[in-house]
Amino acid sequence: MSRLPADQRHAVQFTLNGKPCSGEAEPRMLLTDFLRHEIGATGTHVGCEHGVCGACTVEIDGKLSRACLTLAVQVDGCAVRTVEGLAPASGRLSILQAAFKRNHALQCGFCTAGILMSLDNFLRENPDPGEQDVRDLLTGHLCRCTGYTPIVRAAMEAAAEMAGDASKEKSDA
Amino acid sequence: MKPAAFDYIRAEHLDEVLDALAREGGDARIIAGGQSLMPMLNMRLAKPKTLIDIMRLGELARIECKGGNIIVGAGVRQATLLAWPELGEALPLAALALPWTGHVQTRSRGTVCGSIAHADPSAELPLVLCALGGEVHLRSANRRRRIAAQDFFAGMMATSRADDELIEAVSFPADQNRCAFREVARRHGDFAIVACAAVATKNGVRLAVGGVADMPVVREFPRLEASALGDVLNTFAYELDARDDVHASARYRRDLVRLIGAELMREVLP
Repeated sequence: MSRLPADQRHAVQFTLNGKPCSGEAEPRMLLTDFLRHEIGATGTHVGCEHGVCGACTVEIDGKLSRACLTLAVQVDGCAVRTVEGLAPASGRLSILQAAFKRNHALQCGFCTAGILMSLDNFLRENPDPGEQDVRDLLTGHLCRCTGYTPIVRAAMEAAAEMAGDASKEKSDA
Repeated sequence: MKPAAFDYIRAEHLDEVLDALAREGGDARIIAGGQSLMPMLNMRLAKPKTLIDIMRLGELARIECKGGNIIVGAGVRQATLLAWPELGEALPLAALALPWTGHVQTRSRGTVCGSIAHADPSAELPLVLCALGGEVHLRSANRRRRIAAQDFFAGMMATSRADDELIEAVSFPADQNRCAFREVARRHGDFAIVACAAVATKNGVRLAVGGVADMPVVREFPRLEASALGDVLNTFAYELDARDDVHASARYRRDLVRLIGAELMREVLP
């Protein structure tokens, strides 16, 4: 058993987008604040801070999670993935991100980081989704700019493009 | 919107959890998936001095079938139960209701027992537990007890758990009878304005309603003709003592109870 006193900062070690990462946090510090203020990874946004809006959605050990409903000390030893981990290289966008850009699936961009994380995770597990499946997933997010239609379109386009890539690989093999 | 300060205990053994609860009781709270407790902490509706994290205890993360019951440990996440291959066969009502419990992004961390512990009157899992006549397994340093779901819930976000008790598990009687579930919410996955579950019984149907009274309410109905059914559902809807709030009026809630109640009863008693 370890007891972490309230008034002290404690070492937290984890991997962030595949790279070892560490910092210090009081027990009460949320993962959102830890990522943004301790690590400087400001891609994860903070919206409602009670799990409703989905802006802070990240992956913890491969599972979608609300960073605002997670304590930094809870991710000690875990693998955390954030929106900063989506682009394949500096200056390049992932297929999903490029589809968002093409389809105007963002306007102010506040909700986008969380929605990209949900869709990235979802499309990996559901390579051939129906539109309703995408809409079901998006119930976990609030976007006040787009009306969701361009987001759904971008997701469906990205799914089709990824499926096309996969079939090309098969035929090349 | 940040939690007040607390000590954090990362428990490795059950004894440590029970000892900490015995010592600190009402000043301590258990944290499992955190999907109900963390909003309470962030909004400072709860300000415990100590948080006891139980998610490293492998022994609590089990789903077991024993004596006709499905026993779900305190560490079992909602997504894990939903993905359990035997769920549809053993607990068809839970299979219907779980997709309405929060969102993919919260079910991945939130636990079944955590939702029961939180006792939100509009939450789906307390409703299912009551509809099936399940039990809550409580354990403290020096005693263990089981309590029927309907006796466990004591009002809005209030339960009969003592301060030194851990909800070790909940058990659902495996039930293959015909069942149905329906919910109305502003957004799929948000808290229900009204949620109803119906289970066929030997003589009729058991109807459970959430989101209206301050806890799930269960009522047995005999098999009735359509005309009589409207009357008893109307009486039932008024007995739930619905209130107006920002989401819906009391009248709308009664309307949903009458409408959904009748639909579900037709579904389970064709």
